Amino acid sequence: MTGEQPATPERESTGQRRLRVFLVDDHAMFRAGVRAELGAHVEVVGEASTVAEAVTGIGTLRPDVVLLDVHMPDGGGRAVLEAIRKSHPQVLFLALSVSDAAEDVIGLIRAGARGYVTKTISAADLADAVRRVADGDAVFSPRLAGFVLDAFAARPHAPVSDPELDLLTNREREVLRLLARGYAYKEIARELFISVKTVETHVSNVLRKLQMSNRYELSRWAADRRLV
Amino acid sequence: MAVALADHLGLSVAKVRVAFAVLAGLNGLGVLLYVVFWAVLPLSPEDGRRESRRDLAQLLPYLGIAVGVLLLERALRAPELLGGAGGWLVAIIAIGAAVIWHQSQPHRRWHWAATGVPWLGRWLEANPRTAFILRFVCGGLLVALGIVGVVAVYSPVQGLSFVVNGVLFALVGLAGVGLVAAPVLWRSITALRAEREARIREQERAELAAMVHDQVLHTLALIQRNAADSAMVQRLARGQERSLRNWLYKPTASANERLSAALEEAAAEIEDTFAITVETVVVGDQETDERVRALVAAAREALVNAARHAGVQTVSLYAEVEPEQISVFVRDRGAGFDLAGVEEHRHGVRGSIIGRMDRHGGRAEIRSAPGEGTEVRLTLPLARDNGNGNGEREQS
Repeated sequence: MTGEQPATPERESTGQRRLRVFLVDDHAMFRAGVRAELGAHVEVVGEASTVAEAVTGIGTLRPDVVLLDVHMPDGGGRAVLEAIRKSHPQVLFLALSVSDAAEDVIGLIRAGARGYVTKTISAADLADAVRRVADGDAVFSPRLAGFVLDAFAARPHAPVSDPELDLLTNREREVLRLLARGYAYKEIARELFISVKTVETHVSNVLRKLQMSNRYELSRWAADRRLV
Repeated sequence: MAVALADHLGLSVAKVRVAFAVLAGLNGLGVLLYVVFWAVLPLSPEDGRRESRRDLAQLLPYLGIAVGVLLLERALRAPELLGGAGGWLVAIIAIGAAVIWHQSQPHRRWHWAATGVPWLGRWLEANPRTAFILRFVCGGLLVALGIVGVVAVYSPVQGLSFVVNGVLFALVGLAGVGLVAAPVLWRSITALRAEREARIREQERAELAAMVHDQVLHTLALIQRNAADSAMVQRLARGQERSLRNWLYKPTASANERLSAALEEAAAEIEDTFAITVETVVVGDQETDERVRALVAAAREALVNAARHAGVQTVSLYAEVEPEQISVFVRDRGAGFDLAGVEEHRHGVRGSIIGRMDRHGGRAEIRSAPGEGTEVRLTLPLARDNGNGNGEREQS
């Protein structure tokens, strides 16, 4: 761990300075790879291989964004998320995993991660995703978009208790479809004749719904897998 | 056996042995009880279950029962019949019954002792139904045994009661057999179940070992041998990754039955053949028929084109089953092409994609421009009555 910066600058200035990123992954080789790849774009301030190490390290270093592995001993990424979100709610999390399993993806998002990408992502895309998360936006991989579409699919008998949270708007649906089809935010904006900022807003709204909704499918699905 | 009982009751082994010896003198009761205890008590109690100290409080409920039965017998019979072997018979059987019931739920031991009213606590929380029924039956048999024994020993009257005695003795026999056999039977069923579980675990382990050996180690060896050929390494790694993922996360679905499985199979073939990555996302699912198969074939052809001509490492495949149609999108960010210029002599596009979709009542649309990548959009309208599987989520 490298903890030379004691001061934590205000979050508003993230656009100007290099982002401070913390890596949590139990594979040393993977951490080294990400560190090398991201080094040009962001500042990797620390890394951890266990839940306990991560909780201490993040608490001390106060990074902007934590890249979080899903599967680790002692509770995995969720344990880190839950511990840190209580004490340092300003720290943002981007989940990074080899797993494509829906329960892992949604579990982390519902626990509070701002996005989810798979480990096969390219360095440039990862740096992009980190920046996006640091700016308060959400990051959806095509698979995550696909799952959300599936979970929020219009079913005739699905009870809707809170339309604000339990339903996607048509625009949100369109954005998710394009994400699932492999479109980048810029391409989505061009396709739908809207600004990139609007695309980001739509995705953030979907993330919020995904985190807050008590929609039947989500609860049942979560209950089946003993999540939240 | 005496050791186990001694441990169970917290008494010294010698005392238990002496008790058995004494009881054996009373119409051979010691022998009978020994057999019963043998069947019921675990021979080697768990280690460290409790300290080896005397625990006479445990015996109180049994003694209570025994005394109760004695009084009952006294009330039923003339006073002069009290005492002697018959009374002891009843008492001992009652003790045996109590021990057996007690043993049937060892974890409740302390609770019993604490309530002081052993029956009440038991009645109140008889939650495991089977255990309750079992104990009820055992109890019934034992009570019958006790009563019948008393009747049989003391009945001085011949005639009707003689017949009754015959029946009762038969019941005693049955109860005895049941008493001895039931725990043994139960034990062998438990053992059988444990053995089956162990076998299943062993099978799973063997399957895992076989998978790792046949696939993973094999692939790793091939990767080492082909380390110089990066395309080959990529292909091997991707293929292995896919098969491991399938093995870990997915129930095996047949590509002949479900749209999602068919698309994934097609994507896998393309990945293997062209050493690229196909990012597959399928929303909803649908049973395949001839038209859906045509859709999959057209999507496959679009993937082949992307792999051949786009010059990129990743192609996106997205499919969504909606109530009225299925849409499939194949997209790459590659070279792209001028539609007007090349479409004429590219049979793959003309015949295999557009023509195929047309023939099955669907539609194919291709968007591309040089440098802009290519997207093939396929739509297939669904018949209204076609039971669509939108409700079943198949996340890939």
